[in-house]
Amino acid sequence: MINSLDPRIAREKINEDNTIAPLTEMDNWETYEVFHQKKRGEQHEHVGIVHAPNNEMALLFGKEQYGRRGISVNIWVVKTSNVFASDYDDADIFETVPDKQYREAGGYKVMEMINKYKKENKGL
Amino acid sequence: MNVTAIKELLYKMADDLLIIGHRNSEWTGLGPILEEDIAFSSMAQDKIGQAGALFEILHELGEGEPDTVAFMRDANKMHCSQFVELPNGEYDFSILRHFLFDHADQLRFEMLANSSFEPLAQVAKKIKGELKYHVFHANTWLVKLGNGSEESKARMQTALNESWNYALGMFEAGDFEKELQSENIFEGEEALKTRWMANITPFIEKANLKIPDTKSWEPILGGRKGYHTEYLQQLVEEMGEVFRLDPTAQW
Repeated sequence: MINSLDPRIAREKINEDNTIAPLTEMDNWETYEVFHQKKRGEQHEHVGIVHAPNNEMALLFGKEQYGRRGISVNIWVVKTSNVFASDYDDADIFETVPDKQYREAGGYKVMEMINKYKKENKGL
Repeated sequence: MNVTAIKELLYKMADDLLIIGHRNSEWTGLGPILEEDIAFSSMAQDKIGQAGALFEILHELGEGEPDTVAFMRDANKMHCSQFVELPNGEYDFSILRHFLFDHADQLRFEMLANSSFEPLAQVAKKIKGELKYHVFHANTWLVKLGNGSEESKARMQTALNESWNYALGMFEAGDFEKELQSENIFEGEEALKTRWMANITPFIEKANLKIPDTKSWEPILGGRKGYHTEYLQQLVEEMGEVFRLDPTAQW
């Protein structure tokens, strides 16, 4: 085994004949999805992933990667393997036909604009 | 207020933080995994910042400019404990030192949050969150590695055995313990050590590690008075290398 002070080389487990030993359990940690909350009461937003061996360490790393700069008041971490996701092959389930457009939520955007205008022009 | 006593207290705290901050920063780019590398480096930066806040107070009490004080002194003028100047070794020792040091550091500042010396009490309140996070990080790693593979358990126990007497040296009594107590500035090293023992013991047990037998306890003293290992002079030379090229340069 080639020993190096550089852990990036040491953890590769390179044999003297330059072959690399196969990965064993814990060589690569699982990934966790990280969600952070900017303000109490607001929704948690997905911000990215971290590698970690357990929940506590995922929290530590999540805080460091995504809460170190900017404001966070809370962080959630969830094992990626615990996320049940739809299949990209089924992306067509989201498709819609033009004559159903009245059911899209586009109209709400207008409401947002009206509310924003009202808020900015209080007292008018 | 006994300014001499306060300065002695500030110097040893600032030097501990500066030196362990520098040591921990030596892991930058070499940490065991990317996420941990960033976490450890970021905490090392916090420590240098905490040292900076204390050098600032010293400056207000008539000592030199913070950068000059930090980067221009030789080892025999430094007041850090020998524990913090030891080379990083491998990650087992670095994590164990981080655990033993940061618990002491957090408790020291907790005690100082009620100090009659207002500037120090203010710093203590300001960095409370940072210290809490550092200790959370240390506890998490200690418990994980102590309950890991046979190799990680053995490494952590060896690191604890080798660290122990150096760690006890952090509580070396100063020349002004009584003055600091009577003026309600700081309760003193002995009181700190008692609290430290109470705080670290449950986590060491949770990590399935054993504190060395009391018969082998022999605190390694001298650091507070300027007696250091050979490693500190090398460290201060490297740390101050760029600053010493031109101490008057504007950054």
